This record gives sequence, structure tokens and C-alpha cells, in this order.
Amino acid sequence: MKIIKSIIVIALVLLTAAFTTIPVDGYKVGDTIEDFKLTSTDGDKISLSDYDDAKGFIIIFTCNTCPYSVANEDRIIALNDKYEDKGFPVIAINPNDPAAQPGDSLDKMKVRAEEKEFNFPYLLDEGQKVYPKFGASRTPHVFIVTKNDMKVQYIGAIDDSSRDPKSVKEKYVENVVDELLAGKKPSVTNTKAIGCSIKTL
Amino acid sequence: MKKISIVFVFSILFLSCKKNDKVENTTKKANNINSVKSLNYNELKPYLIKNDSKTHVVNFWATWCAPCVKELPYFEKIGKEYAAENVEVLLVSLDFPKQVEKKLIPFINKRNIKSEVLLLDDPNENIWINAIDSTWSGALPATLIYNTKKRKFYEQSFDYKTLETELKTFLNL
Repeated sequence: MKIIKSIIVIALVLLTAAFTTIPVDGYKVGDTIEDFKLTSTDGDKISLSDYDDAKGFIIIFTCNTCPYSVANEDRIIALNDKYEDKGFPVIAINPNDPAAQPGDSLDKMKVRAEEKEFNFPYLLDEGQKVYPKFGASRTPHVFIVTKNDMKVQYIGAIDDSSRDPKSVKEKYVENVVDELLAGKKPSVTNTKAIGCSIKTL
Repeated sequence: MKKISIVFVFSILFLSCKKNDKVENTTKKANNINSVKSLNYNELKPYLIKNDSKTHVVNFWATWCAPCVKELPYFEKIGKEYAAENVEVLLVSLDFPKQVEKKLIPFINKRNIKSEVLLLDDPNENIWINAIDSTWSGALPATLIYNTKKRKFYEQSFDYKTLETELKTFLNL
């Protein structure tokens, strides 16, 4: 009995050890990304290859239900306002499984997109197949990709103050896109911010 | 049928818990807090590197973070059950500073939270997330367990058993 008990304890310890080190897989800066085809709140199937005139993309994993995402909605709208015409449109993807987070269903996404008058496509990662490839771990989580080589140029935060737009000192995403538009290599390629974990079953 | 009985058991559990809560709430109203200490990262740092005989369990959470709220009772319980083992729980809230009065304080009082709660109010996330642990992506919930011998960071949710198993690796039990 004692042996069985200790085996169980060892098994449990091993199991937790196996599950507590979360592998940080997914694209790194410099990796080439695969295109995707996801449904938007308008009902369209969107792929990056649909954007003939784009120079690149500001891909943002975000959702309805995370307050840090909500706190960044106006900033995401402003990013698309500023950069869509320059060739870097925003593509927003909701990575959450609606079965785990009912507030992030496609119907609820439509409601939010209309309320806030999103000027960018808001896509559902149906089946949660795209976000793991990117290695997105939170909302909001930004990936900037150049179109000609489909390479990741930047992974991280929108700016240096996710909770309070008034305290922003450095606008990471704007800096990177400005540098890319000027034909330069981004000087900052990885940043971090607090966000909500991605919700799956 | 099985499902129904599970639901039934759970509702009984739920109801009984609720009753207890009520009793506790009325008897402990006097203990209600009316403020939470707000710190920037430099002020928080000493709490993350204490050089004492205790094992520190530091949970980063927020009232709006559903998985954080779900695991909070396990942190409360571990603080209580392992107090004799010199374990101390600290809850570092990342709530929006504007919502401290309206959300965080009422939440602490309503749930009768016993562990110490601090608010980390520092916009420079890109600096302090890495400083707390280089493997942390910034997602909540997250937990740091440390003592003078060992230190480990967890970007994950816990249930009580997993938390207890992890904690035990820090204690010489």
C-alpha cells in the first residue's frame, strides 16, 4: 500500500513538473509565417494574401472579454487609422474558444465590432489553430509581419502602458512600423505587457 | 442521471458554502479593509526577494481575471493550511488603479480575503515583467514561489492539489 502511495506521489510530481514548464513555442522574430483563412465579424473569410497592396500587417490577438484588450481598443483603432493607408493594416484575431469564454463568440464579436466601429477586420480563430502557431500567450499580443517575405519583425505590446493610455511614453508598434516604412530594421523587436491568458477548454 | 446527481451534489455544496459565507460576513464585518497599498515595481521588489525563513507564495492576479478569481481560494487555503510551515501568501493585484475603490476593495471584503493584498501600479510593464521573471509573457494569472533555497515562476492556473504539490517541493516535508 505504501509503495502504491509513493508511486502515485511520484507520478503526480512528474506530471506537475511536465505541465508547469509551459513551452514557449511559436514564431520568433525573423521566422516566416504561414498564411491563414479566418472568418471575420462581417462574415468574410480573410487571408493575408487577400491584401494585394499591403507592405505588411499589424496582427493583434485580442478579444471582447479581457479588460486589458478593451483598454487598448481605441489604440488599436488609431493604429489602423494611421497605418492602413500606408500599407500596414491591423488584423485582429480573437484566439479564445467561445466554448470556454462565451463572451468571445462570433456573435458577441460582431456586437463589439459594431459598438466600437472597428475599422479593421476582427477574426475568430475557429478551432484555435492559428494562435498556437504564433505562440500568442495573452490578449492583447501583437505580431508585426512584412508581406514580401512574410517574416515576423516584432512581437509584443502596443506601447509601454497597457493600463493607462495617458502614461504612454514609448509607442512600440508605431516605432516599428515607422522604421519598416523607412526601410530600416526595427530597433526594438520584443516587448512585454500584462494581458489575459488565452481561454481554451 | 449521473449528470443530474452531480449537479445536485454541487448545488448542495454551493448552497452550504453560501450559508457559511453569510455567517462569516456578518461576524467579520468589523475586519473590513478600506484601502489597499499601491506600489510601483521598485517598491514591490523587496517583497519578491525576502531573505527570511519563510516560503513566499506570490500570486499575480486581478478581480477581472476569471481564472485568477477561480484559483484565489486555493491560495487562501494554502496560506492557512501551511502557516505553521512558515508559508506566507501575498496577492499582487494588477487591477486598474481607477477601479481599486469600486472593485478591488469590495472584492477583498466580500470574499473575506486574509492574505495580504498589494496593488502593483507601474506602467513600465516591459521592464518589470522581465525583472520578475524572464520567462513570464505577461499573461495572468501567474505565481512566484520562493524561499532562500529555491525560486520558481509559474505562468499558469493552479488547482489546490497542484499548488500544494508544488509548494511541498519548497518545504522540507
